[in-house]
Amino acid sequence: MSDATAPAPARQSTLGHIGYVLRDNPVTLVAFLMFALLIVLAFFGPMLAPYDPLASNASRALEPPSWDHWFGTDNLGRDILSRVIVATRLDLTISVAAVALSFIAGSVLGAVAGYWGGWVDAGLSRCLDTIMAFPLFVLAMGIVAAMGNTVENIVYATAIINLPFYARLVRAEVNIRRNAGFALAAKLSGNSDARVLALHIFPNALPPMMVQVSLNLGWAILNAAGLSFIGLGVRPPTAEWGIMVAEGANFIVSGEWWVALFPGMALVLAVFTFNLLGDGLRDMVDPRRRT
Amino acid sequence: MLLSVKDLKVVFRTRRGPVEAVRGIDLHVEAGETLGIVGESGSGKSVTSYALLRILDAGGSIRAGDIVYGGIDLRHAPERQMADIRGREISMIFQNPRSALNPIRKVGHQIEDVLRRHNRATRGTARAKAIEAMEAVKIRDAAKRYDAYPFELSGGMCQRIVIALALACDPRLLIADEPTTGLDITTQKAVMDLVSQLIRERGMSAIVITHDLGLAAQYCDRIAVMKDGEVVETGRSVDVFTAPRHAYTRRLVDATPRDGASIRSLLPAEVRTPELTHTPSPEPLLRVQDLVKTFEGKSGPVHAVKGVSFTVHDGETVGLVGESGCGKSTTSSMVVRLLDPTSGHIMFAGEDLAKTPAKAFARDPRRASIQMVFQDATDSLNPRHSAERSIEEPLRRLAKLSSRARIDRVRELADLVGLPRHLLDRFPHQLSGGQKARVGIARAIAVNPRFLILDEPTAALDVSIQAVVLNLLADLRAKLGMSYLFVSHDLHVVRLLCDRVVVMRDGEVVEAGTAEEVMEHPSHPYTAELIAAAPRPPVRHQAA
Repeated sequence: MSDATAPAPARQSTLGHIGYVLRDNPVTLVAFLMFALLIVLAFFGPMLAPYDPLASNASRALEPPSWDHWFGTDNLGRDILSRVIVATRLDLTISVAAVALSFIAGSVLGAVAGYWGGWVDAGLSRCLDTIMAFPLFVLAMGIVAAMGNTVENIVYATAIINLPFYARLVRAEVNIRRNAGFALAAKLSGNSDARVLALHIFPNALPPMMVQVSLNLGWAILNAAGLSFIGLGVRPPTAEWGIMVAEGANFIVSGEWWVALFPGMALVLAVFTFNLLGDGLRDMVDPRRRT
Repeated sequence: MLLSVKDLKVVFRTRRGPVEAVRGIDLHVEAGETLGIVGESGSGKSVTSYALLRILDAGGSIRAGDIVYGGIDLRHAPERQMADIRGREISMIFQNPRSALNPIRKVGHQIEDVLRRHNRATRGTARAKAIEAMEAVKIRDAAKRYDAYPFELSGGMCQRIVIALALACDPRLLIADEPTTGLDITTQKAVMDLVSQLIRERGMSAIVITHDLGLAAQYCDRIAVMKDGEVVETGRSVDVFTAPRHAYTRRLVDATPRDGASIRSLLPAEVRTPELTHTPSPEPLLRVQDLVKTFEGKSGPVHAVKGVSFTVHDGETVGLVGESGCGKSTTSSMVVRLLDPTSGHIMFAGEDLAKTPAKAFARDPRRASIQMVFQDATDSLNPRHSAERSIEEPLRRLAKLSSRARIDRVRELADLVGLPRHLLDRFPHQLSGGQKARVGIARAIAVNPRFLILDEPTAALDVSIQAVVLNLLADLRAKLGMSYLFVSHDLHVVRLLCDRVVVMRDGEVVEAGTAEEVMEHPSHPYTAELIAAAPRPPVRHQAA
């Protein structure tokens, strides 16, 4: 191949690249539209909800879906649609906060272990193995039960059980790159080990991390909802998908299926969105996907 | 005629629309003949061979043409018939022997699999036949090696296993795709001698695909030269090499390092400029004394470098030559201060660099004066950084420059190494191999080092680009007065650039002297062996 190849078109802008990823893969486009919907609901939920999510109306308890109440009402006569919409903010906040925490802590620990190796690596890996040896949900239950029944503690518990996945992923990604030519070249350019790790090696681990982040957001929502379902974490009457499913479960037997179904569907939709989002996010942060 | 290919066209579907990888080529192979397909990367030579066996990657398809093998139309044969033909009638040796073998299966079993797939052996006879096949490719202790896993064998031994696999069912046509790339030069000779001997003994035909014109000329009856998906010239090997008709073939022949060539004569005649002279001074710049590196291995200490000493004078280029595992890379890592020696001294401009640990050397004021050009240009550039950012990196850390001055310096460097300025904002994957090599060189010389280590800077490049890069390095040396330590396994290339040569083997220096002296009158048998193993292309008749 000749050294002076024909000039390729100018480098794509970041926005242009995101546009390309979305156009190229309709599934990603759908995932991002659903994600946008979730974000809108999280920010403007209270404004969009047709009723006050906490206002009970005993005369209209347990009504099936109708034009007044699209998703029906629960045993206290609260509008389920409003409660589902308003709960979006709380559920997303818990999962995003938990994933952000485990992303940051896991990246630092994993990068250090992967780059320096030796006893740091051995010690850290064994600690993470210990966490992973517990049934993770039971561990989260234990943490919340021991530390107290608050939203922050749900976030911490979710972050701790997700931490090993990030740490292991980053450790592997850093480990295969620590002797790559570009890392050595960065050292020759006068970068200290810490700078090489933080500015040259770690950013290259981002594409696979994005897949993990997006899958984890889904798991984190399920985990928070699961804790609430069994009575740990968020307390009634706060609107939260997990509690709503738990409350509704009692009425399924007596035929009032809508009380549990709609918050359950919201959960499914959110988890589904995050699972679909992963590949698209990875393609967006990977410069090699640009041409 | 055993195989005939007429007007073959292969198209790949890509993000930018269809790309024609092979654009209408005609080839034929007679019974008992070895055809060499020579071309540089991207010329479509491998794609051609994959098309013959219909094993193109997803997205690739044969658009037009006929492939007839012994009366069978390979293009339209049903998949069942193709599966029988692959391995039994036509078989293939792949480029990288390690990735061609299943890493978690014993090599003997892998040979058995092929034999039994094509009904050449039963459960009872498979083992004996597999050992027989291994003995045919001159594997000593074949019965013992039968139980080895690929990772337990050397690269050359793995390639022998791959050849045994390919020949197990006595195919009539063997396709070898870059069979010796990545092997040491002495192993390359052993493998190619073995292949050509087996081909002759069994009366097979063969297609050898290679980027090395010298290798093809030595082992093939006829050569087809490919460029950009087309065959530009075919002819008898000697004719193609000694009297090339096509301009591209002539350029390839010129660019192939050979006896008696000067560095400028590798370039096409029309771009040759007078060679710039460099004058080494008698002042020593770098003196390496008794350098030792011992790694703590799981099964005891590994002595990678056992007391190496050599000197590089100011303005001089010294070649450090040896095969893989001889300790040349470990030595260069220690000299460039990426690795701490176990013992010994690295005297640079009168000071012992070995006293500063490698960890602390990044902040040492002498960091800027020793830089390195890495072996694999692709691997040595951060995939997330543009070319500009990569060249700028040492300037950010080691030079006190304003951001304005840095950008000017990057442009100046790009001009110096011949990298077009509009390529500066490209990412590495958007650059060609030669362009990436230029970025790597620009980065290394950015902070005006006095001493540059070149770690096989041309090993991954095509010969024509190798010629350009070697000349660039020679020019830079003359313009900037740098000293080089040129690490390489290829004595022909080393001779072109170096004033003196140090030959290493098993962590020790076995011979040192001026390039001329070492090449013409090697005093150590190992050096003589290295020189003899390099393919010797026929000498071209100088046109009047």
